[in-house]
Amino acid sequence: MTSLPITLTINGHRHELEVEPRVTLLDALRDRLGLTGTKKGCDHGQCGACTVHVDGERVLACLTLAAQAEGRTVTTIEGLAREGELHPVQAAFLEQDAFQCGYCTTGQIMSAVACIREGHAGSDEEIREYMAGNLCRCGAYPHIVAAVRQAALEVQS
Amino acid sequence: MRDFSYLRANSLDAARQAAALPGAMLLAGGTTLIDLAKCGVAEPETLVDITHLEGLDKIEVSERGVIIGALARMGHVADHAGIRSRFPAVSEALWQAASAQIRNMATIGGNLMQRTRCPYFRDPANFSACNKREPGSGCSAIGGVTRGHAVLGTSDACIAMYPGDLAVALVAFDATVHLGERQVSVDDFFLLPGSTPNREHAIEPGEMITAIEIPGSAAARRSTYLKIRDRQSYEFAAASAAVGIEFEADGRTIRDLRVALGGVATKPWRARAVEAALIGKVWEPDTVRAASLLAVEGAVDHGANHYKIELAPRVVARAILKMGETV
Repeated sequence: MTSLPITLTINGHRHELEVEPRVTLLDALRDRLGLTGTKKGCDHGQCGACTVHVDGERVLACLTLAAQAEGRTVTTIEGLAREGELHPVQAAFLEQDAFQCGYCTTGQIMSAVACIREGHAGSDEEIREYMAGNLCRCGAYPHIVAAVRQAALEVQS
Repeated sequence: MRDFSYLRANSLDAARQAAALPGAMLLAGGTTLIDLAKCGVAEPETLVDITHLEGLDKIEVSERGVIIGALARMGHVADHAGIRSRFPAVSEALWQAASAQIRNMATIGGNLMQRTRCPYFRDPANFSACNKREPGSGCSAIGGVTRGHAVLGTSDACIAMYPGDLAVALVAFDATVHLGERQVSVDDFFLLPGSTPNREHAIEPGEMITAIEIPGSAAARRSTYLKIRDRQSYEFAAASAAVGIEFEADGRTIRDLRVALGGVATKPWRARAVEAALIGKVWEPDTVRAASLLAVEGAVDHGANHYKIELAPRVVARAILKMGETV
């Protein structure tokens, strides 16, 4: 198949690249643009490790074609900190020790930022339900819930 | 994943024309299609991206009911105030499905086109026999591991379960699918496997879902979706029930009742026998439990999925009892 010229806007920067139509946003980010903060876990939409924001909403980069993201605004974990200062969710994950191996963490953080923005972080029960799409094989869930709870209070205040 | 060509549709007509060509498929949220392409189940030659079409994502609530555009996304519909107040079972079916990320991607039209999760269907590399994938090749599930397979609506050719939640609520409340000019009831839109399990939907080449319409009713307003599963969240139903109820003025006699089942059948399953047994009766726990057993009339198990025949009536009964609690 012929490759497709596309322009992606990621973390405020425009990138022009040529991709095969089948290339996912996840592979374009990692293999073409060197943005390896977004992780490939299952590659089938089951684990949440590849969570990024498209037009401000959390989605799975492994089930999104790079071509579909043209004309949209993409934010990855690399675009979360502002002028060297961590996003409140990133800081809360550090403070609450909300990870062990760290592989799922960038997806967890991207998901948590959106979860709070959506207004779905009102209670521990709600946080657990609305963070269910991000699996943690180390089982750091209690600390992840604590981090989201802390960040939600900070963001809201 | 085999490569394909990518086409971005600029209009509804262009999308329909492009999708009617051999080897072409419509691409919306991609949460089923891209996954199945990676599994080697879907092998499109062309994907026609419809996610940039405008005006197809509206949610219009009126006195008559609601019309939801095909490109409205699951998460937005679940959180919509009008849906939550007039069709709670629809909102609950949506937010209990998949994950927040998938609900932000997946569209309402795409949701109706969701394929089964049958592990044999999803794994052509290891299981060549699948009548749904390859008509006449056989069924690897029959005689295989069947814990997640259907007990209602099965055939000798296929026992794959319909995995969705939304359509279960839709079939309970007599929703219709808009295919451009033509409208089909959700019940007729989903086909039983019979001898042609490869054909799952009453949609013709060149047709595209443009909207779904749910008529408003007192039963829809007083409704719930109860989903029982192996883990609390982000899992398909072991058994689920969409239930809506309306009482007579006495507050005890059932005037209208809607019951549909998920997680147990080959398509979204309306349980009309349960409805008929309870409409006109006084709401009373023992009567409800006895009638709920009719939900699995004619059920056939394949060993490991036998538990669904016991579980489904209990889920139905619990949902009806929950809806009548304030009586």
